[in-house]
Amino acid sequence: MIEVSNIYKSFGKVEAVKGISFKVHDGEITGLLGPNGAGKTTTLRMLYSLLPPDEGEIRIDGLDPTRDAMAIKRTLGVVPDSRGLYTRMTARENIAYYGKLHGMPGKDIEGRIAELVETLDMGDFIERRTEGFSQGQRVKVAIARAMIHKPQTVMLDEPSNGLDVMSTRALRRYILDLKRAGHSVILSTHIMQEVAALCDRIVIIANGQIAADGTAEELLKKSGCDTLEDAFVRLIGTEEGLLA
Amino acid sequence: MSGFSTVYKKEVRENLRDRRSLFNSVLLGPILFPILFIGLAYFAGSKQQERAEKVLEVPVIGVEHAPNLVSFLEQQGVVIMEPPKDPEASVKAQEMQVIIRIPEKFAEQWKSGKPAVVEVIADPSRRESDIPMQRVKGLLYAYGAQIGHLRLQLRGVSPTIRTAIMVKDVDLSTPQSRGMLVMIMLPYVLMITAFTGGMHLAIDSTAGEKERKSLEPLMINPVPRWQIMLGKMSATATYAFASLALTLLAFRFAFPFLPTGALGVDLNLSGAAMGGILLAVLPVVVLAAAMLTTLASLAKSLREAQSYMGLVFMIPMIPSLIFMVNPMKAETWMMAIPMFSQNLLIGEFVRGESVSALWLSMSMGSTLIIGLGFAAVAATLFNRPRIVFSN
Repeated sequence: MIEVSNIYKSFGKVEAVKGISFKVHDGEITGLLGPNGAGKTTTLRMLYSLLPPDEGEIRIDGLDPTRDAMAIKRTLGVVPDSRGLYTRMTARENIAYYGKLHGMPGKDIEGRIAELVETLDMGDFIERRTEGFSQGQRVKVAIARAMIHKPQTVMLDEPSNGLDVMSTRALRRYILDLKRAGHSVILSTHIMQEVAALCDRIVIIANGQIAADGTAEELLKKSGCDTLEDAFVRLIGTEEGLLA
Repeated sequence: MSGFSTVYKKEVRENLRDRRSLFNSVLLGPILFPILFIGLAYFAGSKQQERAEKVLEVPVIGVEHAPNLVSFLEQQGVVIMEPPKDPEASVKAQEMQVIIRIPEKFAEQWKSGKPAVVEVIADPSRRESDIPMQRVKGLLYAYGAQIGHLRLQLRGVSPTIRTAIMVKDVDLSTPQSRGMLVMIMLPYVLMITAFTGGMHLAIDSTAGEKERKSLEPLMINPVPRWQIMLGKMSATATYAFASLALTLLAFRFAFPFLPTGALGVDLNLSGAAMGGILLAVLPVVVLAAAMLTTLASLAKSLREAQSYMGLVFMIPMIPSLIFMVNPMKAETWMMAIPMFSQNLLIGEFVRGESVSALWLSMSMGSTLIIGLGFAAVAATLFNRPRIVFSN
């Protein structure tokens, strides 16, 4: 359970987030949808305690990211916007490094990597150095290292950026599997289809504020439109920065 | 602290696979410096010898005015050459290094017992003509002295009466202390190595990680940021120290190859001296790693970090340069100055002298305190949210 109430964040004169509130329920996929620059990444960064909010409160399972950062980091699995890998290390070493940083014993790390190789289909490249990996391979390694400690809550920032159709389909299947296994998932994206295909609840962000919040049906009703696409455009007020 | 050791081990291992990093710490200091050093010494020594032993070929103008002088020069092995048409121009154009001109008045002055003028045409601002010029002058003075002696003897005066003072050198320097080149260069090389040895790793593991966008995901792990910083800093220090130890070892093996004859120097580094030097320089390694990590975390990109490193090079150079220009006696208060004190201590160790525990601990303590200060700054920088953002 994540509760965000009325958070603000500005960088100098730029107000990135202006009073955002929403809730994320366990066992659901929640989508943060909005055009580029709407404040999705900044909101997520505040959730995973990288940035402190200027105002407002965040609670993740009752914990405050500004005060209990270490405890929260242990329960979170994050695939952030920047997902650089260590190119002089193999995929396995990259993933194992994060396991060790979580304080996992070597044996557990090996077992968990074996599972992840299976579910993410990484057998072909797990022993290879990540230099020259395709976007799809890189995203898989980034997901695997974020999931190494079996986090309850998973946050993915624009996970399908730069992926081809096949990789995107595999990624979506994986996110749905996470939900089925009982994880809470927060997904930020500017792709409408992704939200429509995956999310139980949709939080629409535009200009650092919440434009609408609810299930797909509620959003349709609220906007009075027939399709989600029209509903998004109406709710955001512009087509700019959105991808169908 | 398991987060710290995980980061430390990963940085050390990952950078072992990086050719540039290895080049900087293993190749640059330990191999390049000693080779450069020996090469320079050989070159300088052999050039000096060559010029001193080479057959002297000197054009003489006005041979007919002083045939005896010319035959004296020939007896001393000088090859007398035809003078060029315009001697001044040919010296200026570097065709000739030294030319002797015997003016017409020579015979007249000689006979009347006045000092007979002989001109030596040369350009002393050209370093290569220095030795031939000295040799020619030496021969001319020798001839003059010889004739002077004879003249005094003919008049029944003892020639020694002209020598009112006899200067005698009493040389107390040991063979080690005569190794001036080494004394000046070794501290300098070691100080620079303390900085360059870990430089690549420091940049790569902070500014580089920021640029490759792997720092943000790293920071999401449940490890306090100061531990991440300390892991990176320690890896930097480890590389610098390894580089330093290798450099010192390389020098030890290089010393026997130094042309001692040409330099008049016989040097060797004992195991104890090497141990002492490493101990004295260890805090500099910590200081260097902390400074490098601080600077590299201030930078937004690799390029920016690299541009700071030019500055960093200046830091170890300043004390060494001061010492080079103005060699001074080591005093206790100087031991409180980081990097300068190590310069002095290395000198003491190389000279084979015993170093007092007070000096060593003062030098180590003061350097370590400043190093830890920089480490604290780096830790604060790591705690700022903007450390992860490259722009």
